[in-house]
Amino acid sequence: MPAHPQHVPPSPTTDSPTSGPQASADISRVVLDDSDITRALTRIAHEILERNKGAADLVLLGIPTRGVPLAERIAARIAAVEGQDVPVGSLDVTMYRDDLRMKPARALLPTQIPASGIDGRTVVLVDDVLFSGRTIRAALDALNDIGRPRAVQLAVLVDRGHRELPIRADFVGKNLPTSLLERVKVSLGGIDEVDAVTIQGPATGEVTA
Amino acid sequence: MKRHLLSTADLSRDDAELILATAAELRELADRPIKKLPALRGRTVVNLFFEDSTRTRISFEAAAKRLSADVINFAAKGSSLSKGESLKDTALTLEAMGADAVVVRHGASGAPHRLAHSGWVRSNVVNAGDGTHEHPTQALLDAFTMVRHLGGSGAKPSLDGRRVVIVGDVLHSRVARSNALLLNTLGAEVTLVAPPTLLPVGVESWPVETSYDLDAVIPKADAVMMLRVQRERMSGGFFPTAREYSRRYGLDGRRMATLQDHTIVMHPGPMVRGMEITADVADSDRSVIVEQVTNGVAVRMAVLYLLLGGSEPAVGGEE
Repeated sequence: MPAHPQHVPPSPTTDSPTSGPQASADISRVVLDDSDITRALTRIAHEILERNKGAADLVLLGIPTRGVPLAERIAARIAAVEGQDVPVGSLDVTMYRDDLRMKPARALLPTQIPASGIDGRTVVLVDDVLFSGRTIRAALDALNDIGRPRAVQLAVLVDRGHRELPIRADFVGKNLPTSLLERVKVSLGGIDEVDAVTIQGPATGEVTA
Repeated sequence: MKRHLLSTADLSRDDAELILATAAELRELADRPIKKLPALRGRTVVNLFFEDSTRTRISFEAAAKRLSADVINFAAKGSSLSKGESLKDTALTLEAMGADAVVVRHGASGAPHRLAHSGWVRSNVVNAGDGTHEHPTQALLDAFTMVRHLGGSGAKPSLDGRRVVIVGDVLHSRVARSNALLLNTLGAEVTLVAPPTLLPVGVESWPVETSYDLDAVIPKADAVMMLRVQRERMSGGFFPTAREYSRRYGLDGRRMATLQDHTIVMHPGPMVRGMEITADVADSDRSVIVEQVTNGVAVRMAVLYLLLGGSEPAVGGEE
């Protein structure tokens, strides 16, 4: 989740009052439904295998909260295709955020590095929304303290643009042009009730970002 | 506004659970090759110790350094404190140096409270033990250790209904008071066991049971915490002889055999082997005394992070 002040991360607590497409007072539209998400993740899994010529030495690290189930789903598809399990973990970037001091101290989320470690492996970071790029910068710093991967790649379900750092994704589920006034909300079964990506906010035509 | 950690009484259950959950994440850091996080880069933590302490000071120092804070150690011996400088002047000096947090240990109960509320310093104040009053981070690390061993494997580990027995010199123990309050907040049932002379006046108002009979209490316990007899704070006869104290209130191999299989034995340290605990108990499989020290660093990291890491503290007492 990008650490941008204008971006409200799709966390269960902050978003619960406006969750669900119809609950919001703003215009809310579903841009990806569950089958769209399933197809996107399947394609990402194949692209990862294609780029890396197989699943050897791959490690998938999801960025909490919603990057983790995405990483697990991608790993499951890779295992189905290759017949080989890929280590999956999670990487919390809270302490590496550049806006740590601008908000009250935040609770830490789980970091679980697979027992095989990341040294010499290809790490694929997985997150739900790529926005300013600041979360990914923090994740790269966090990786630096954990080990030395051979390469780091980035997979995201949604790229909504508005980058503030020279960071790009290697694997994108859906490019979603948005205005800064809109909010992109990713819901995933397991954490949320349904699989969906929705945009909330003023109708696109009325906005000049 | 929440700014300081002076007493476990100031911690709500949510606060305490947030600290323990944060400590659980930070505990993993001890197993990594690079034991460092950047969260407190550029912040200054002063360890202000008016009383001798090795493990608590080192633990706070390690915690602050692992969070990348700068640490200044200020011990009473060999400083202007031994030349008669007052707490106020020391505090003003620290303020002028730009301390972001002051970790204070003092022989007088209430000294950290005075430091926090006098207006002398703007820093966050963490009580690292004041007189016979409180030692909140010790209680937090004890609770953390209990949760790891007794908390179950559910989504939210808890001490609800767990029985904790605290044995020994409760009268002079800041650890006992902080533990009694915190464990009660976390849902555990606490029993204090001590000779009548070593129970404080007013213990009836604490959220605990009391007993004079160790043998009757420990078979039901989930955790047994032995306290050191604080001879340095005693100015009279609180019990006839050390031997009699050990016989009635010490934990030896025979008493340990009456514990349940899962029961852990704890001690805040420093231990007096042969007095309140025998060597075979202290070195047994049930003993988590060394683990308490490791957990202490993680818990103190959690406290420093939650007080200093953001724009405002996430836990602690009211201003």
